[in-house]
Amino acid sequence: MDDQLPILQVVVPLLGALLAALFRRGPLAWLIAVAASWASLAIAGRLLFLVLHDGPISYAIGGWAPEIGIEYRVDLVAALFLLLVTSISAVIVAIAPRSVANEIPRGRIAWFYVMYLMCLTGLLGIAITGDAFNAFVFLEVSSLSSYALIAFGKDRRALLSAYQYLIMGTIGATFYVIGVGLIYSQTGTLNLGLISERIADVESTRSILVALAFIVVGISLKLALFPLHLWLPNAYAYAPSIATIFLAATATKVAVYLLVRYLYSVFGADFVFGELPVTSILIALSIAAMFGASTIAIFQSNIKRMLAYSSVGQIGYITLGLALATNTGLTGGLVHTFNHALIKGAAFAAIAAIVYRTGKVRLEDLAGIGRQMPLTMAAFVVAGFGLIGVPGTVGFVSKWYLVSASVEQGWWWLGFLIVGSSLLALLYVGRVVEVAFFRPPQGSVAAARDGPPEMVIGAWLLAAAVVYFGLVPDLTAGLASDAATILLGQGL
Amino acid sequence: MNWQDLIEHYNQWITIFLMVGGLYIVIARGNMIKKLVGLGIFQTSVYLLYLSAGKILGGSPPILEEGIEVYSNPLPHVLILTAIVVGVATFALGLALVVRINESYGTIEEAEIFSQDDPH
Repeated sequence: MDDQLPILQVVVPLLGALLAALFRRGPLAWLIAVAASWASLAIAGRLLFLVLHDGPISYAIGGWAPEIGIEYRVDLVAALFLLLVTSISAVIVAIAPRSVANEIPRGRIAWFYVMYLMCLTGLLGIAITGDAFNAFVFLEVSSLSSYALIAFGKDRRALLSAYQYLIMGTIGATFYVIGVGLIYSQTGTLNLGLISERIADVESTRSILVALAFIVVGISLKLALFPLHLWLPNAYAYAPSIATIFLAATATKVAVYLLVRYLYSVFGADFVFGELPVTSILIALSIAAMFGASTIAIFQSNIKRMLAYSSVGQIGYITLGLALATNTGLTGGLVHTFNHALIKGAAFAAIAAIVYRTGKVRLEDLAGIGRQMPLTMAAFVVAGFGLIGVPGTVGFVSKWYLVSASVEQGWWWLGFLIVGSSLLALLYVGRVVEVAFFRPPQGSVAAARDGPPEMVIGAWLLAAAVVYFGLVPDLTAGLASDAATILLGQGL
Repeated sequence: MNWQDLIEHYNQWITIFLMVGGLYIVIARGNMIKKLVGLGIFQTSVYLLYLSAGKILGGSPPILEEGIEVYSNPLPHVLILTAIVVGVATFALGLALVVRINESYGTIEEAEIFSQDDPH
């Protein structure tokens, strides 16, 4: 059984999607989604356990050797991302039914879960595959289903956002596949491990340099690196609440994984960061994201859009960590990937409960919501503290690593910029707190009470994780540090 | 690089022309269907990029047979079959979205849609 776990990780949600599509009944589709999500979580947990005990797992699809066939490869980095995606998905799917029933017409509910499971399949596939072209296929599986998920939104602007995301996402994926083609023409293999062995001989050729550029830009479109983030705010703002939580907490994170894989494992940190000016480019874009996107977030009137811009800013911290290319920096980037998924999961879950009770997403309509829905808003505020980086939350852990990494390099100015940009998060989170707690409730908000229990519990589970991993960062930061050591090729 | 080299790589020139032309249509056109067509052309250029790399001059199709020593590489063909499926799915989904957009906005011109949602 353990032998087949890598393929089951992808097949279980895929089969779930197929079953849900066959039955076409909302509640049944939901049950299938729950079963598939939780089974995926169990598999991911077991895979991480096996990797920690016996080292990386290699699985040859159909028994074909990696040189010919597709290899699924689970090392510590992949196992961590698998666990991240499946655990977030397990929580989201559990809180989904009432919100989905509220926002999506009855006849389409089953299709929503089908798309949800397809998206999960794609994301897990990207994290587990060791094959460059297979990663493209899974990238498109997850992307196509997320366009559909977004288009489920009630507002007609959801359709427009889905269309714009489709255009940008397809350009990104095509850029990626152009890069893969160029690498294949130089190295004669699509296996990421074999590419990394062979690329050293050809790394200064123009093909490989062009391939690197295409792949980095293509994946950056997917992970919404500033200024390639234009698709993200509308997509998050108009997608159904549950889809927003899922995409915000997992989709961009898996794109981060793919970028890490290419920069560190395939091309190698020495080549990318040592010989090319990638560090300065990525740091400049990251700082632009941290300040630019966070500033735009302050002026948003739609609370989901505000959090979406905040996501673009937070992705800046992640890419900043990757750009530093030191053990501490990369640990910071990886741990923030994990932490930001928890933070945004909690924040958007709280918003989902609020939308369920009030139907409002404009900040001015939500005056006094904190008095009416104290438990829900408290989860949001905890997540907000995480965004700011208050000590005792995961946000502080991430920023601690990033600031330490900057100081290690002797870049004090960068440390100050990281701390300074947190003030912007204080402003946009503070704005919500002011409206939610210090203004009298009006209209439909005055009649609202705390969200449905399962949604509040879900939001609080994620919020509790934000605090727990903030107080006891040994587990997350320790594993991220081990992963960084592996990625930098420093042993382990 | 002399003229003969440039002409012998004509397939690469076609690839680049389709790539840049497709991307230009996506960016420059406001009609949503035309944008999708541009996207399709852009994706098609990649098929040619892969297939050019897999072709061996004088090589036969990759079928095992007596007396044939030089084969074209079959892997790019297989990859591109997959990529074509992905491209068709993307195009279909894109068109479906445009149909729904046309139903709810009554137009598929981006400028008109933006002015409907944001009447300033």
